[in-house]
Amino acid sequence: MTVSTELELQSFVLLRLAERRFAVSANQIAELVAPSRVFRFPHRTPKLEGVILRRGRIVPVCDVSEMLLGKRLTSRRFYLIAVRNYGAQREWVAVPVTGECELIKAEMMAAVESDAPHVAGWLSHDGDVIEVLNLDAITPGPEHVRAEAAARQRPEARP
Amino acid sequence: MRLATPAKANPAKTEQIILFRVSGQLFAISSASVQEVRSADSMSGGATEISAPGLRKVRHVLRRGDRSLFIVNGAMHFGLHVTEGAQLFVLRKTRTALLIDGIEKMTTMSRLQALPLSFCHEERQWYRGLTALDQTVVPVVHPEGFLSPEELALLDAALLQADKTASEDLEGTNAAQ
Repeated sequence: MTVSTELELQSFVLLRLAERRFAVSANQIAELVAPSRVFRFPHRTPKLEGVILRRGRIVPVCDVSEMLLGKRLTSRRFYLIAVRNYGAQREWVAVPVTGECELIKAEMMAAVESDAPHVAGWLSHDGDVIEVLNLDAITPGPEHVRAEAAARQRPEARP
Repeated sequence: MRLATPAKANPAKTEQIILFRVSGQLFAISSASVQEVRSADSMSGGATEISAPGLRKVRHVLRRGDRSLFIVNGAMHFGLHVTEGAQLFVLRKTRTALLIDGIEKMTTMSRLQALPLSFCHEERQWYRGLTALDQTVVPVVHPEGFLSPEELALLDAALLQADKTASEDLEGTNAAQ
C-alpha cells in the first residue's frame, strides 16, 4: 500500500473573504449563487442580515466576515448556500463571500482543544494553511442563545 | 366492477391576510386575528395614559367595560424608527391593540414558511413565520407576540397603581369640597 492511498482525501470548498481563504466541507454546501435581493425585516439576532428567496425557499443570510476577519465586508460576489445542522434538523444558510470559490481535495487535520470553536480543522493547500470552518459555530442558532443564557446565570467570579 | 373513488385533489390551504406598514416596513397578519380596525384619532378620547417601568412601547390603555386593551406602538415593539401611528388593530383573543401606520392591502397567502432556526431571539415570539408574496418576503406576525405574560403583569400592576392614585385623588377632592 502506498502512502497516498492511506491519506483520507476529502472534498472542500475554498471560499474567499477579503484577502483570506477558508474551507468548508463540500458535504455541507448546497450551491453557490449570485447575490440577489436581501429582504430585511426587524429581528434581534446578530449577524443575520435578512433572507433571500432561492428556489421557493426562504434562506437566511448570515454575514460571518466580522467574526472571522474582525471587520464587516460590504462587497460580496456570491452567496455560498450551506447546510446548517440544528440537532436533527438541517436548514440552508447563505454566507456572503467576496471572491471565487474552488472545489479541492485535501486531507484535513482535526482541530485541537486550543483552536477557536469555529475551527473544525486545518488543511494545507497551495502553500497556505487554511481553517476549515465549523458552520454550526459561526452561524446563529438556538444553542447559542442557551449558552448565552447559561453564561448570564453563572455567578460572577469574586476576587 | 367498482372503481376506486378517485382521490380528490387537495385544495391548497390559503389564509386571508392583511398587509400593513409600521415605520415603512411591511408586515402581514391573519385577518382572522383582527377584531377591529380603527383610526388612531378615534381612540384619543377613550384612551388613558399608562406608564409601566421599562415598557416604553405601551403608553395608553383603552377601557372596554371590565376589559383593558393595551395600545402597543408597533414601531417601538419592532425597534423601528418611531412614527405616530394612524390606525389601530384590535387583536382578537388578546389584550393588545396595535398601533400601525396603515393598511397596505388584503390578500391571500398560500404558504407560511417557519421562521428559519437561525433567527433565535425575540423574533421567534414576534412572528408565526414568513411568506413569499409577489417576489417579496413578508413576516407574518403573531397576535400574541406583542405582549409577553411578564409585560402584561407589569402593565396590570401599573394599571392598578393608576386606578389607586385616581381614586385617592377623587377622595381628596371630595374631602376638600
